[in-house]
Amino acid sequence: MSQSLRETLKETWRFYRKTLRLVLTGSKEYYLWCFLLLSIMIVGFLCYLPQLQKGLITTNMKDQVVWGLYISNFTYLVGVAAAAVLLVVPAYIYQFGPIKEIVVLGELFAASSIIMALLFVIVDLGRVDRFWHMLPWIGKMNFPSSLLAWDVIVLNVYLLLNLIIPIYLLVKTYYGKEPNKKFIVPLILFSIPMAVTIHTVTAFLYNGLPARPFWNASILAPRFLASAFCSGPAIIIIVFQILREYTFIKVEDRALFKIAELMAYAMFLNLFFLISEMFKEYYSNTVHIASLKYLYEGLHGHNLLVPWIWVGTLMNLIAFILFLFPITRQRLSTLNIGCILIIAGVWIEKGPGLVIPGFVPDPLGEIYEYIPNFRELFISFGIWATGFLIFTILMKVAIPIASGEFSHSRYEKEKMS
Amino acid sequence: MRILINGLILFFILILTYLTSVFSKELIEEFPVPPPPFSEGIYPCSNCHASMDLNPKKRVLKDEHTNIQLHHAETLRWCLDCHYSKNRDKLRLYNGELIDFGRSYLLCGECHGNVFRDWKAGIHGKRQGYFIGGKRTYLLCVHCHDAHSPKFKGIKPEPPPLPPKVKRDVR
Amino acid sequence: MTKEEKEALIARLEERYLKKYKKKFRVGIEEAIQNTLWGYGLDLSRCIGCRRCVYACVEENNCSREKPQSQWIRVIRLKKGSLINLEDSEHYYNPELVPEKEFLYIPVQCQQCENPPCVRVCPVHATWKEPDGLVVVDYNWCIGCRYCIAACPYRGRIFNWGEPNVPPEHWNTSVHYLGNRPRMRNVVDKCTFCIQRVRMGRYPACVEVCPTGSRKFGNLLDPNSEIRYVIQNKRTFRLKEDLNTEPKFYYFFEA
Repeated sequence: MSQSLRETLKETWRFYRKTLRLVLTGSKEYYLWCFLLLSIMIVGFLCYLPQLQKGLITTNMKDQVVWGLYISNFTYLVGVAAAAVLLVVPAYIYQFGPIKEIVVLGELFAASSIIMALLFVIVDLGRVDRFWHMLPWIGKMNFPSSLLAWDVIVLNVYLLLNLIIPIYLLVKTYYGKEPNKKFIVPLILFSIPMAVTIHTVTAFLYNGLPARPFWNASILAPRFLASAFCSGPAIIIIVFQILREYTFIKVEDRALFKIAELMAYAMFLNLFFLISEMFKEYYSNTVHIASLKYLYEGLHGHNLLVPWIWVGTLMNLIAFILFLFPITRQRLSTLNIGCILIIAGVWIEKGPGLVIPGFVPDPLGEIYEYIPNFRELFISFGIWATGFLIFTILMKVAIPIASGEFSHSRYEKEKMS
Repeated sequence: MRILINGLILFFILILTYLTSVFSKELIEEFPVPPPPFSEGIYPCSNCHASMDLNPKKRVLKDEHTNIQLHHAETLRWCLDCHYSKNRDKLRLYNGELIDFGRSYLLCGECHGNVFRDWKAGIHGKRQGYFIGGKRTYLLCVHCHDAHSPKFKGIKPEPPPLPPKVKRDVR
Repeated sequence: MTKEEKEALIARLEERYLKKYKKKFRVGIEEAIQNTLWGYGLDLSRCIGCRRCVYACVEENNCSREKPQSQWIRVIRLKKGSLINLEDSEHYYNPELVPEKEFLYIPVQCQQCENPPCVRVCPVHATWKEPDGLVVVDYNWCIGCRYCIAACPYRGRIFNWGEPNVPPEHWNTSVHYLGNRPRMRNVVDKCTFCIQRVRMGRYPACVEVCPTGSRKFGNLLDPNSEIRYVIQNKRTFRLKEDLNTEPKFYYFFEA
């Protein structure tokens, strides 16, 4: 008994030591990358301290526009997180090569995105010290009335799923065993509707406010999903290419092209929904058009967001065309351009382009042109860097496990002999 | 018998006193108002007017009351339509009844019936103090409106809120 | 909370305020008066847009004066001829004299909705509707997410973006636990119809200060109240009735 316990402890200790060594050693590029991310994180954190001390007065948010860059990023990242998992479906259907690796990668990517999204909520909270008020049982959660309560629940469940599934799969591989399909497949399948759910709930969070006509359109949730199906896979395509360059994971071009094709459909839907919304607002031309007008053409001479949204829309349109035709879709250079256009375009459309116009004009008709200040920018960069670092480290450990380089000592010895 | 009659008379007197007290209460206590806003040293008016001759002619006042510009249906009206000519300490209603300045709302109410009705209900004009417990106070019409020129005069507004950024960013 | 718990809380708050602001506060915990539902009336034909109410409210309710400036009443100016579309409202008008010939003025504050969207969205139950219809906030429970501000169609909720700034000699020390007690940074507050006054039978500060007597107040359940007279005898409307928030704030006109 004590023998096996000592063995387990030893093995655990070895696991931690080896993980640490894995994380701490790497190529020059790896060090540079991590150092870069760490320094951005530190700058972000230093910018956050005064905000924590003096309050949100240190940001550019005001009573007219109460949510800004933080919540914009939050919204975008929820979409990214959702789409990363939804990729599992086509991966199964079209047999994208190493399925298990893709699942692990997608879910870890989703987990990193959710962590970023949650961090954005946390920096946006005025009273971080009272965060626990929102927790069920410990605090006083306003469930089911508040959509924010729903969001906290589904995001955390989703985060948990996206940690349990890859960790389980990796642990099994670590021990050189086959995963128990009866346990893991239902969880993987469950994570798919959950991905749709987190995004729908986040859309409903805005959608349910009649005070803000810009968000109070039923097309909002479908648009959220459609745009998420573009931005998430776009990031994944790029991540796949980086990974196959540096690791053993070999994703075929064929798979990337298939994803790009699916993205073209999603982008078509996204643009179609946008046109539907535009038609309804412009043709009926009621007073509720004000926010949309502010976004696309400026209102009473205020047009801060206009160049942004047109650039964003144009990016989406160009990417759609690039992905529509097999010639451009099936060439890596144009594919990557399309992906970058989509990542940026959807960020504009779904982040600042969605959140800020909801507050302009405010319910009493006042126009405040919000633009984030440097503090908000640096804090946001810091959070993005945190997410990237988390994902990098997760990959740094997960990939050697998946490839069999890093496993339980017993199997390692077996392999050696 | 005599005792009975005396008793009855006493009884009626008692009832009458009670009733008058109730009525006067209604008239006075329903609208507790602060004293009328006289210019300083002007009241009682009889101090001067008692010894003066009556001049009912419509004219520009040159010697006294020069600050009074009548802008209150001035084509139709003159001082003595409201101020009682024989006793300047009183105001006169249509029916000839004389009232104190403290009850001037009765005079105003003769023309402005709708406003008077609202005022009695506490809607026209401002209320202060306690609305539960009967301690709410009324103001006389003339506390806010100059009886001789009743239109509400403009006032300087308090400063606007601070705009969120520079002025050009907000309307 | 039981009565004892509340009293202990009040004692704790009074002690804290004494230490922090060097003032003896009287923190009230008056419960809602039986059979009351507070309602407000505002005569738009008489409001002259002078903003006296704004500053009386700030003074009474211990709102932050500057950096951040926090005002619970916003008076907007509209061209005569428009009323419902607030998009053309002006917030920063500052003429020599008011009223001006071509404009009308609409003061807006929390409308104390019977069906308040802000209460519905709060993720932590930090805000609720009291039995007398007042929507109140527990400043010690609010997490500062500002979802309620996003949900409010009247801009009735104000966020304390930084530590509130009240000159020491201006503290109103007669406060209510759910109303004008000192707030802290990064929480939401709002108009409570002066809960500290109305639960003792006094008029709200804005009613008392209004130089034209445009502001009316009373118990909607009492047929003899001033507010019931307004509803009965005047033509009233409520802001954004189409949103079904059922405000208890009635705008009306002479007639």
